[in-house]
Amino acid sequence: MNQTLGVLARFANPAELIDAAKKVRDAGYEKFDCHSPFPIHGMDDAMGLKRSPLGYIVGALTVTGATFGMAFQYWIAAVEYPLVISGKPFFSWQAFFIVTFALFVLFGAFGAVFGMFGLNRLPRLHHPLFYSDQFAKVTDDAFFVSIELDDAKFDESKTQEFLASIGGTDIELVVGE
Amino acid sequence: MAVSGLMLLLGAIGWLVWEGTGVWGLNNPVGWGWAIVNFVFWVGIGHAGTLISAILFLLRQQWRTAINRFAEAMTIFAVITALVFPGIHVGRIWLAYYMFPIPNQMLIWPNFRSPLLWDIFAVGTYFTVSTLFWYVGLIPDLATLRDRATKVRKKVLGFFALGWRGGNRQWQHYEKAYLMLAGLATPLVLSVHSVVATDFATSLVPGWHTTIFPPYFVAGAVFSGFGMVLTLALIARKIYGLEDIITINHLEKMNKIILVTGSMVGYAYMTEFFIAWYSQNDFEVFAFINRAFGPYAWAYWIMFLCNVITPQIFWFKKLRRSIPVMFVASIFVNIGMWFERFVITVTSLSRDYLPSSWDYFSPSIWDILTFVGSFGLFFTFFLLFLRFLPMVALSEVKGVMPESDPHYYHHKEKEVGGAK
Repeated sequence: MNQTLGVLARFANPAELIDAAKKVRDAGYEKFDCHSPFPIHGMDDAMGLKRSPLGYIVGALTVTGATFGMAFQYWIAAVEYPLVISGKPFFSWQAFFIVTFALFVLFGAFGAVFGMFGLNRLPRLHHPLFYSDQFAKVTDDAFFVSIELDDAKFDESKTQEFLASIGGTDIELVVGE
Repeated sequence: MAVSGLMLLLGAIGWLVWEGTGVWGLNNPVGWGWAIVNFVFWVGIGHAGTLISAILFLLRQQWRTAINRFAEAMTIFAVITALVFPGIHVGRIWLAYYMFPIPNQMLIWPNFRSPLLWDIFAVGTYFTVSTLFWYVGLIPDLATLRDRATKVRKKVLGFFALGWRGGNRQWQHYEKAYLMLAGLATPLVLSVHSVVATDFATSLVPGWHTTIFPPYFVAGAVFSGFGMVLTLALIARKIYGLEDIITINHLEKMNKIILVTGSMVGYAYMTEFFIAWYSQNDFEVFAFINRAFGPYAWAYWIMFLCNVITPQIFWFKKLRRSIPVMFVASIFVNIGMWFERFVITVTSLSRDYLPSSWDYFSPSIWDILTFVGSFGLFFTFFLLFLRFLPMVALSEVKGVMPESDPHYYHHKEKEVGGAK
């Protein structure tokens, strides 16, 4: 059964989009988003978004990776199967540093990518906005504001009127299953 | 042509596996021949991609957007090609897993104090991080392609675009992730070739045992990588008519980097000589005199000519901005850097401490076929990439256009934004 999932409005350029974001935020909407083909500077402030917590995720994972790297080598070289190689000490940490560093970077990179996926709720194969035909232009050269049905202030006609009043065009109810 | 090169590589590897490393021209002092030369050569090629995408990103060099995508692709394919060589050089390639950090059938673990194991981690991490970096950069562009495609193509692209919607909530985390990856990749670039250099430098072979190796290898890697980027960029630009995106200014900037790193490499060559003389270590002194005037003098002077003399032409603005000149120069750089690795590896090994064990190394036909074939592998991947994926980072190029800056509309009379 088809039902309304949200409202979509188009704006002419990045400057209008940023102004619209401020107005939508000030009007008290929370579950909205501004779509553009490239990131727009100043948009985070305009939308009232907090800083991305990704740095903490990456930081924690790099430390984990480095600790794991050093501990793993210590365990192999000094505990699990100690071998004397050219008279070097079992736990020759200087020699282990490179692998530790590699794992530091590797874990951090996985943290950055998968942390980003997690925060962005990716991957997902479908999203209500894909029901809109004009939305396909967003990855090319169009700028949209979308307000979701879940928003506390959402009201089919009032939200549409509001978007029109702040300069949105091509306003559309996103309808899908 | 690329595919036939690939076939050649597979054939040469097949014969190697069947017959053993005896089919290569290796002899007793020279136990490391073309396999390691090619490995270091290809890993070095890869460096420019990461340098462009990570270091120039952190330095806010917006001109990188025109070339970063295919430079990154080049990195990945070059590293894949490079990884073939340590894989096959062990001869019994079904035992290559000995190099991984897992216990063998006698429950003995690999020796983490060995530089070769560091290599596995350094290059493996490098490959993984470069691939992630490349893919993350591709996501918005895949979404662009998805929105224009139809049918099966749309489904496939939609799968890989992961449902990207260009929402600012997504961009926010995305930009942060990209920044983090760049931050992690930057020290990685510098470390990978340093580790490769350490493979040499931790040995006691005269001519290898020098502390200058890591920075010298990194400079050489960036140098050779830019040579390859330039070669590929000039061809792609011509064939696909990208003159407006990869402008002559971009090419000139790359030439400046080639000039800088080429001069650094030349400086390193001279420092090696100086330190050999200054240390008054007989073996070290001999190794370098032998390099320049011994049986491999021809290789040494090819290297010197291509790597030190060729880039000096870029002091002249006219030559720096001339397409034919830079194309020829970039080919010379590629040749010269291959010879650099050859000179380092072979001259030192063929004449080490005991004159009784000296021998002259000449490659066999299988060495040559494997090397030629490796270009086939590289170009097969690269051409497939050009065919199916956006070779210029669409969203990033849009992002540096003046029209992308909100202030552009607020003050229309004066142009703002960094890009031309």
